[in-house]
Amino acid sequence: MNRTKGDEEEYWNSSKFKAFTFDDEDDELSQLKESKRAVNSLRDFVDDEDDDDLERVSWSGEPVGSISWSIKETAGNSGSSQEGREQLKSRNSFSTYAQLPKPTSTYSLSSFFRGRTRPGSFQSLSDALSDVPAKSYAPELGRPKGEYRDYSNDWSPSDTVWRLRKGKVCSLERFRSLQDKLRLLEEAVSVHDGNVITAVLIFLKRTLSKEILFRELEVRQVALRHLIHFLKEIGDQKLLLDLFRFLDRTEELALSHYCEHLNIQDPEKRKEFLKTCIGLPFSAEDSAHIQDHYTLLERQIIIEANDRHLESAGQTEIFRKHPRKASILNMPLVTTLFYSCFYHYTEAEGTFSSPVNLKKTFKIPDKQYVLTALAARAKLRAWHDVDALFTTKNWLGYTKKRAPIGFHRVVEILHKNSAPVQILQEYVNLVEDVDTKLNLATKFKCHDVVIDTCRDLKDRQQLLAYRSKVDKGSAEEEKIDAILNSSQIRWKN
Amino acid sequence: MAAHLSYGRVNLNVLREAVRRELREFLDKCAGSKAIVWDEYLTGPFGLIAQYSLLKEHEVEKMFTLKGSRLPTADVKNIIFFVRPRLELMDIIAENVLSEDRRGPARDFHILFVPRRSLLCEQRLKDLGVLGSFIHREEYSLDLIPFDGDLLSMESEGAFKECYLESDQTSLYHAAKGLMTLQALYGTIPQIFGKGECARQVANMMIRMKREFTGSQNSIFPVFDNLLLLDRNVDLLTPLATQLTYEGLIDEIYGIQNSYVKLPPEKFAPKKQGDAGKDLPTEAKKLQLNSAEELYAEIRDKNFNAVGSVLSKKAKVISAAFEERHNAKTVGEIKQFVSQLPHMQAARGSLANHTSIAELIKDVTTSEDFFDKLTVEQEFMSGIDTDKVNSYIEDCIAQKHPLIKVLRLVCLQSVCNSGLKQKVLDYYKREILQTYGYEHILTLYNLEKAGLLKPQMGGRNNYPTIRKTLRLWMDDVNEQNPTDISYVYSGYAPLSVRLAQLLSRPGWRSIEEVLRILPGPHFEERQPLPTGLQKKRQPGENRVTLIFFLGGVTFAEIAALRFLSQLEDGGTEYVIATTKLMNGASWIESLMEKPF
Repeated sequence: MNRTKGDEEEYWNSSKFKAFTFDDEDDELSQLKESKRAVNSLRDFVDDEDDDDLERVSWSGEPVGSISWSIKETAGNSGSSQEGREQLKSRNSFSTYAQLPKPTSTYSLSSFFRGRTRPGSFQSLSDALSDVPAKSYAPELGRPKGEYRDYSNDWSPSDTVWRLRKGKVCSLERFRSLQDKLRLLEEAVSVHDGNVITAVLIFLKRTLSKEILFRELEVRQVALRHLIHFLKEIGDQKLLLDLFRFLDRTEELALSHYCEHLNIQDPEKRKEFLKTCIGLPFSAEDSAHIQDHYTLLERQIIIEANDRHLESAGQTEIFRKHPRKASILNMPLVTTLFYSCFYHYTEAEGTFSSPVNLKKTFKIPDKQYVLTALAARAKLRAWHDVDALFTTKNWLGYTKKRAPIGFHRVVEILHKNSAPVQILQEYVNLVEDVDTKLNLATKFKCHDVVIDTCRDLKDRQQLLAYRSKVDKGSAEEEKIDAILNSSQIRWKN
Repeated sequence: MAAHLSYGRVNLNVLREAVRRELREFLDKCAGSKAIVWDEYLTGPFGLIAQYSLLKEHEVEKMFTLKGSRLPTADVKNIIFFVRPRLELMDIIAENVLSEDRRGPARDFHILFVPRRSLLCEQRLKDLGVLGSFIHREEYSLDLIPFDGDLLSMESEGAFKECYLESDQTSLYHAAKGLMTLQALYGTIPQIFGKGECARQVANMMIRMKREFTGSQNSIFPVFDNLLLLDRNVDLLTPLATQLTYEGLIDEIYGIQNSYVKLPPEKFAPKKQGDAGKDLPTEAKKLQLNSAEELYAEIRDKNFNAVGSVLSKKAKVISAAFEERHNAKTVGEIKQFVSQLPHMQAARGSLANHTSIAELIKDVTTSEDFFDKLTVEQEFMSGIDTDKVNSYIEDCIAQKHPLIKVLRLVCLQSVCNSGLKQKVLDYYKREILQTYGYEHILTLYNLEKAGLLKPQMGGRNNYPTIRKTLRLWMDDVNEQNPTDISYVYSGYAPLSVRLAQLLSRPGWRSIEEVLRILPGPHFEERQPLPTGLQKKRQPGENRVTLIFFLGGVTFAEIAALRFLSQLEDGGTEYVIATTKLMNGASWIESLMEKPF
């Protein structure tokens, strides 16, 4: 690396921040702990002898005895532990008092990975003769070289990284020049341990200026990705945005800024924040969506204020009859449209809350609009509005029924809103495909439609079959009989 | 207790015992009475390796879930936090510790990170001024948890997102560590195959870790013949489709968590004459599902359409067995009958449970909507109409079906078309944002980045080539007596499992062209064994392959692999490992952006 002296100075100085260490306790203390641990484990060993009553806990089956069950159990019982034990016993009185299996295996994960094991453990012998490749268990994961240097003061990057991986006492302060720091980082990256990479990055973040950190990471992609992940995790949004800006990753910059709105609860503040998102370098498609998001919330704030007022004043019939279940703030566009079709259907296009205005502003497609309006008006049982929704006049002044979503869908929606049979019938009749029509009519008990369709199809058999489904002595039965007896029809079967 | 772990070709109880022992060792380090404060997420996975009795045996008297403010009172010497290394949990721990300090008698605090210590978390504890309060800060490398005799999972829900969205290698590192543990217990795996970027990295890490540990050779006779590492993003298709095996459907409909499922209680109400309808239980029925239950082991991997006949056959066998009592005349016969009773009663209980579950599932699978959805999925997978807006998906959006369902279908269409035409993609996006909220822009972006939902590049659709070469779509599928893995999706053969199948016979050389189309490198590594440990296979003896899914695996894929293991002339038995047991819904959910 060719650097000018001035640069070099800068790195040195940039290391002036308090160095990052993980564990300030000295080794003496940890040695004490070691022995305390040893004593403790001995005592436990002795205790193990006489806790027979503990072993009577059943091993069988969830929920009794499982960990998640026991949490509730022990947390709920704040009395003495003896009591708890009694309770456990009585709960398990029907299960076999299984003897707890004593640990039979001598396998121990920790003994594979850790150098030392507690006294009396099976590996202690081979530990003492640490260079003899005896025992059949762990050999492949034997003791790495690094451990012999625990007490050295001059750790190389690889030793340091090794110690970090083991979670040992380790100061990174010694790595002062940029070159040293980068060697440390490269070493950390080469062992793939995200935990260590992050630790080194924290150190670099603290001791390097932003510009240098970014510049160096730009050519070290793995470390860079870890930094991004880390910044997201600790919520350092500012540095993250700076980083995206530096890297010219504009779309991520925009999205990551936009993401923050989710944490803003106050609608006014959220709206203001969304405003700052407009014009950020999103993709062309997304730009339009972000703009819409802002406009929608702006609308919702106006509508909400207005409607809350109307509702509490108690003068408006629709709000009295159908009190609002929730605020409209932050609801999706289609939900907002439904809301406005429900409460503000007849409003002129000029108001913010009118459905037509929403449709225009957000370029809601016809299909979407009709579906939503239909659902809203059907819910209010406003059949006239439903009718009007599908009536079109052609240039000669004839009216015609037309549904961009298909009349079978209209029927389904009407049925869901428990429309009366007369209404359903009218729309079932408009379904073009005969089979679909017959199916829907049968499903929703539109007898007239079924009967007429069968007659038109000259399907005597089906009509006969349907006769058995209608009530005895009903008008439908009469109608079927009249048709069946008619000599005008040439049945096909 | 965990006998079902040892039924398979590889005795996974050895692993379970090893992790249990490590847990005991840690508990013994904290002498005296203890209370454990649990990161709630961990209780599920821990439940698979230990029960409360083990903890109690080591003086654990109280257990709480980790919550803000103060700890519940507990008269114990030690308070141990069992947590995942996550920053937000550190904040809660600090709150607990600080309020406890003010309260009175000094306690010993300890913290056990699962599966790894995190320097970042310890730094956070330090910043909050509580790091010094902890006497033991250790890690518990519960990397791979044995779920069944042939199944291991890391249960790391964020793994896919980390690997494929954020390119963070931490979970890969854990996977490599888990594999090192397995090799320590079951011997060096002589051959490693892999496909995908993450697979390559895990293999590199393993090789490096092996090099780092100097000293002796592993002298355990190798149990596994080879390891196959597979990236989830090599096969994005399979998890998106609805699983049609019994276990797969239980998971799709009710969600299996750590081998337990919670079911609506109505169907499980005890039937007593006279008081029908009274006192219906309101709490969900919780059942454990694994091969320890004989009947479940038999039916879990079957196509759901084949489950009914097995259940009715079982019912006949069991009632015949109970009828036997009339034939028991002599004292000896009666005694024999009585001795069989517990077994018979267990079988009857098991049959009753699964009949109820099957009924619940049938209610769903016979619904019109399920049929419509399945039809669309199968059209996509067999390559029909994948390049235009699908009217069923449109309807789902219009009727505001759950967003995850919609996303799953749109992603499936995209994957089966090597990306959607820009116009189609824009249309779906707009419909979704307008109906479910603009903030889902973030989720859509994530799906795009993961390759699940994207515009078609260069106007080329590679899926038909992949489908034909790997025979992913089979028209004549036998659900009752399957002859091919495609039975698990009633026609679609999971790509991932097909790759495994072709690797074992005739080898990947035959599909080089397709392997090049699929993302990431494919490779082979050898780990030399000392001559004494080299295996001489007996004629007719099957190989054992450990197949590791990086980024998650579904129950249907597991079923397909078990099917291959059981083939008479298959030649290979599989042990399956993964970062997470998942299905399409939980997968998409893990990619959705939520407020932090």
